[in-house]
Amino acid sequence: MDNAIEVEGLVRDFGGTRAVDGVDLRVPAGHVLGLLGPNGAGKTTVVRTLATLLAPTAGTARVGGFDVVREAARVREIIGLTGQYASVDEKLTGRENLILIGRLLGLKRREARARADELLGDFDLREAAQRPAQTYSGGMRRRLDLSASLVGRPRILFLDEPSTGLDPRARRDLWERVRQLQAGGTTVLLTTQYLEEADALADTIVVLDHGRVIAKGTAAELKARVGGRTLFLVVARPEQAAAASDRVAGMVGTQPQVDGETISVPVSDPSLLPAVLRDLDAAGIEVAELGLRGASLDDVFLSLTGRSGASREEPGAGEDAA
Amino acid sequence: MKAIDQTLALAWRSLVQVRRNPWELGDYSIQPILFLVLFLFVFGGAIAGSPENYLAFVLPGVIVMNMLFVTVYVGHGLNTDLTRGVFDRFRALPIPRWAPLAGRILADMVKQLLCIALLLVVGYLLGFRLETSWAHLLAMVALVLTFAVAFSWVMVLVGVIARDPEHVQLFGFTALFPITFVSSAFVPVDTMPTWLQGFVQANPVSLLADAARALMNADGPALEPALGSLAWALGIALVFAPLSVYMLNRRLARG
Repeated sequence: MDNAIEVEGLVRDFGGTRAVDGVDLRVPAGHVLGLLGPNGAGKTTVVRTLATLLAPTAGTARVGGFDVVREAARVREIIGLTGQYASVDEKLTGRENLILIGRLLGLKRREARARADELLGDFDLREAAQRPAQTYSGGMRRRLDLSASLVGRPRILFLDEPSTGLDPRARRDLWERVRQLQAGGTTVLLTTQYLEEADALADTIVVLDHGRVIAKGTAAELKARVGGRTLFLVVARPEQAAAASDRVAGMVGTQPQVDGETISVPVSDPSLLPAVLRDLDAAGIEVAELGLRGASLDDVFLSLTGRSGASREEPGAGEDAA
Repeated sequence: MKAIDQTLALAWRSLVQVRRNPWELGDYSIQPILFLVLFLFVFGGAIAGSPENYLAFVLPGVIVMNMLFVTVYVGHGLNTDLTRGVFDRFRALPIPRWAPLAGRILADMVKQLLCIALLLVVGYLLGFRLETSWAHLLAMVALVLTFAVAFSWVMVLVGVIARDPEHVQLFGFTALFPITFVSSAFVPVDTMPTWLQGFVQANPVSLLADAARALMNADGPALEPALGSLAWALGIALVFAPLSVYMLNRRLARG
């Protein structure tokens, strides 16, 4: 299968800071790649380079077979970009925004109007079509943003943190639309800090940290890497947490994460559970809660970086502020 | 042909925007009229003996001042596009690099033309009568528009450098007020202190106002100040256009 996106040894410096440090990516046509990482990991810089907005410091990137530097104009003909930074004109109505993009893509006036109306229908914006975009809710704006990047029926779509700032319902709606696009054959590269978003949408996930790829694979593969399941236990007395952690480490073979009274550790053998309970009981450690849960991508991130995943409390905090 | 269509589409967009920006709309309609009427009736008696005598002197001055104030919106709009991400969307489209700027400056020309027409109509209603010919009037309009295109580059630079649209207004008007008022736009130069007259006479706003006045009132030589202001326009464009583009590319490369 042809690769829609091919990135080799991509490096991008801003002043003295290296935002992207040797990234390789391959996205087969029709696939959805999730670029996952915390703020400042370099996700936006990668997207902006692929969308021809930034020149790489080193390395090469081809989008749809075209080099993003030497054949930037060709790349722009086949891509769509939606993100924190590619936005719509707030003073124009939704319809005017889409007509403008259509005209800039070389559509005749009538074609541009027809395409705008079609997209407004597809994205449930018909009623708001004549209102300035500045009156739109967050979800409506994002839908307008997304439809603006679809005017030219792009083969390759870049979504930079598409659900940042959206409420859960609007986020589900957006996910559904991304799935529809994928079903229609569009290649999608999306960046996200939401681990469950990558899990829900992406065929392949690439985890980015400090400008480097630290892991890649399907969501299932990444979860398997941390042992598939997580044992968690809550001790009744906080002062026993450290002792419990040591005993669990001895049995499981991995140093657990301790957070207050809660201790968690990836495990491969679920039958350890009763043994752990007996062991702690014998050591006089009082257990308030004990159980197993399937590993989340949060656990994946933790095991890869030693840090927790996205700063979910502050979606929209400036990524890649370089 | 395609590039021209794209530029026209971008110019259309800048003009349609005005509908939903009451402040901007006011700056193109109410503000010039307000300035003309205020200057005329408040200062007219003191400067020229009566508002009637002042009208022919002040109308070209207000046209020039208004032209300068309107250029601030070139920077304001550009900065809004840069800070809101609209500029990035344009850059990711298959259009020429210069089209967004060209579209904006073209839209600015239309706004400038409408403002000049409005001021001429209001001036006529207040009693102004052209002492020269239509050809002279057209030459005045062409001269003012040419200067506007050149001066727009100063505002493009302000739009590129400023953090947000509010700062564009702040920087823009802070720079414009002294060069507009320390000029011959509203008062005869010989009423000012001698130490100031040198600056006033070299000020491009004075040259432009003098040329516009001569082309409308036949009250002095037109060619010399017209050539002077064209030289200034050329100089401003030669300095500020490359500088603006350089700073714009630098801002865009910052990510």
